[in-house]
Amino acid sequence: MTNDQGILVEGLVRTFKGDITAVAGIDLEVTPGEIYGFLGPNGAGKSTTVHMLTTLLPPTAGRARVAGYDVATHGADVRRNVGAALQEAALDAFLTGREHMDLQAGLNGLSKSERARRGTALLDRVGLTDAADRKVGGYSGGMKRRLDLAMALVHGPSILFLDEPTTGLDPQSRSALWDEVQRLATDEGVTVFLTTQYLEEADVLADRVGIIDRGHIVAEGTPAVLKREIGGDTVEAVPADPHDTDRAAAVLARFGEPAAHSPKGVAVRTRHGAEQLADIVRALDDEGVAVGSLQVHSPSLDDVFLAKTGRSLEGAGEAEADPGEPIPA
Amino acid sequence: MIGDFTAVAGAVLRRNLTHAFKNPALLLPSLIFPLIFLIAFAGGLSNIGNVPGFDFPSGYTAFQFVFVFLQSAAFGGVFTGFAIAADFESGFARRLLLSAPRREGIIAGYVVAAMARWASTATIVTIAALLAGMQVDGDGVELVGLVALGLLLNTAAVLWGTGISMRFQTLQAGPAMQIPVFLILFLAPVYVPLELLKGWIHSLASINPATALVEAGRGFISGEPTVVGLAYLAGVALVALMLVWALTGLRRAERGA
Amino acid sequence: MTSTLGQVGLIARRSARRTLRQPALIVPSIVFPLFLLAVNASGLSAATKIPGFPADSYLDFGITVCFMQGALFSSITAGTEIATDIGTGFLNRLQLTPLRRVAILVGQMTGATIVALLGAVTYLTVGVLAGVDVKSGIGGALVLVLYAVFTAVAFAGIGATLGARTGSAEAVQGVFPLMFTVFFLSSMNVPRNLIGVHWFRTVATWNPVSYLVEGMRSLVITGWDATALLRGLGVGVVILVLSFWAASRALATRMART
Repeated sequence: MTNDQGILVEGLVRTFKGDITAVAGIDLEVTPGEIYGFLGPNGAGKSTTVHMLTTLLPPTAGRARVAGYDVATHGADVRRNVGAALQEAALDAFLTGREHMDLQAGLNGLSKSERARRGTALLDRVGLTDAADRKVGGYSGGMKRRLDLAMALVHGPSILFLDEPTTGLDPQSRSALWDEVQRLATDEGVTVFLTTQYLEEADVLADRVGIIDRGHIVAEGTPAVLKREIGGDTVEAVPADPHDTDRAAAVLARFGEPAAHSPKGVAVRTRHGAEQLADIVRALDDEGVAVGSLQVHSPSLDDVFLAKTGRSLEGAGEAEADPGEPIPA
Repeated sequence: MIGDFTAVAGAVLRRNLTHAFKNPALLLPSLIFPLIFLIAFAGGLSNIGNVPGFDFPSGYTAFQFVFVFLQSAAFGGVFTGFAIAADFESGFARRLLLSAPRREGIIAGYVVAAMARWASTATIVTIAALLAGMQVDGDGVELVGLVALGLLLNTAAVLWGTGISMRFQTLQAGPAMQIPVFLILFLAPVYVPLELLKGWIHSLASINPATALVEAGRGFISGEPTVVGLAYLAGVALVALMLVWALTGLRRAERGA
Repeated sequence: MTSTLGQVGLIARRSARRTLRQPALIVPSIVFPLFLLAVNASGLSAATKIPGFPADSYLDFGITVCFMQGALFSSITAGTEIATDIGTGFLNRLQLTPLRRVAILVGQMTGATIVALLGAVTYLTVGVLAGVDVKSGIGGALVLVLYAVFTAVAFAGIGATLGARTGSAEAVQGVFPLMFTVFFLSSMNVPRNLIGVHWFRTVATWNPVSYLVEGMRSLVITGWDATALLRGLGVGVVILVLSFWAASRALATRMART
């Protein structure tokens, strides 16, 4: 295996007791300084993958090298080089932000003076200077996530794992976190492995995206290339009368393959959406389907997911096997 | 109107009992603690019955059984109070308040549920005491009298818990339900009769309404009824007071529903 | 890399902070035992008239119960802390650092130890003010506090085992009635030789809690009784070693990191 400073995964598998295969043999490579988006619905295997790559769970089979070290045999070396902000913010409600930083820095071997300096600098970087001496129990969700990120960076890791970092955040907090992640990669060359179930997040942030479903990687590439592979445009119609949805779907089906759509609409992927628009409108009119709105847009990552799996990403997936219950099969 | 009341009470009763009996973890504490106390007090402290001046005719096991019996009634009421608080936390109680045509029926339902839950605990504790050789000298009427005292305490305790739950609507108010009941019970003659207590505890126990209930209960089981009138008066007064507490709590909860 | 001692210090500081910032953890562990002592000392004062009762005052006899109850509270505190860290994912965060397992186990005990120490000092102070006569003098009183804290730490190991195995604070608290039962089925409330019911006396004789209690109690009502002290300490050491070993195994299962 090469790629000494990034992430290299070959045939990684993780099974749990009760014949549950959370990760069914994945291969991926993340080059240093890249932001890699790992996109998939709930239960796809994202968090389990992160737990393996951060050494919290031993793989059942396969190999992975993170920062040049094997995750199964050189766990301590891997941990020295990575930082992680996992799915739960995992903070102590009775400690202040500053105390959290001090604890994390101390456990990572920083000297007392270095702890104070680094803690202050990072808290400032994530905008928590004013709240630093307040107990975390009083922090908002966004503040907790920012503290989580600061703690993950305290020892200056070269690789950062973020497991659904913006779930539950308001748009403003989400945007602020995206900016920080972008800055880390661009200015500091930190490699970022980011798991998300939000299309927009992967689209905006990731240099490359891996789409995982039911433990398998179903697609991988830059967002632009993945969407281009699907090809064509998506035409989406929202019937004025919700009872006409099935009839509208039947009409649109004559023009292409079903595509991802909003809850009230129907959509189809066509070769030349803009050119076929007039025909589509005429066909709907002939069937007596009144249209509330009609749009043409280029494929989304959801369309990519639909094309690869036959399901829409939004609303797909069941509860993920809990990676916090390490009962090996 | 009466139909609405009983319908609401019946619905609450059925739901509470189903929930309790399907979740043993909810029932077990109210079963285990009285048994622990019975074993520890009647078993471990049995020689207290040999202390000069202790002349309870039915023996120390029966003496302690009455305290544990009444304690289980009181705590059974408190545990039902916890269940009410849990219903508020889950949102079920709010739904009840919104949909019940006669909301007083809700309280009645919880009261009857507490009695039903206590019935199982009381049965087990009684069987345990009988197996331990408890001597029962009271006749049927007197034993019914003992059970009636238990029902009064049980009702007072669940109404107390209802009032707290209606006001605070969270399980975190649990200690507020439990601690006063604990204090009242343990400031009664637990280990020896009132006349063998000395000092501050004798003074407190003398004015504690629970003392009359405990002493009357011990009188019933030994076939030598004592302070019966005072005990029932105290019991009924407690129930009346706690009913007002619960009803005013219900009004507060209605305003917020 | 921070030394093991340094790591213990960091975790201990955290444990101490979070414990001291939760009065709801500390106050009941101090108030309830004292309340029960007051009730029992008065309510059971007649017990001193039983022939062969080893003390003139039930207060002297019964104060040991406070220390044992303090040990129970410490156990629950330790277990709940570890279970909460597992449930919130904080243990995962700690695992991502070079933190050694022994540092987590020892450091996390700090909170429980603080609860035990505050309790022991308070019980003894209140007891002495109320008239407890510690027959072994000031030195004995000091040993009593240390003994109580040592017992509490031993039981904290049991709590930690439960917390690490279940990962659930509710489960830890659910075991409370069982531990309460074990404590009651001992010579905690009455001397073993004065327990009238035969099976109860047998259980109390086999119950290790009896020896812990008797060792502590001897410092108050007897003076320096080497046999009672050594027996109690011996039992305590066995409980400590076994419980910490079990807690360590349970943590090892939880900390599946490579």
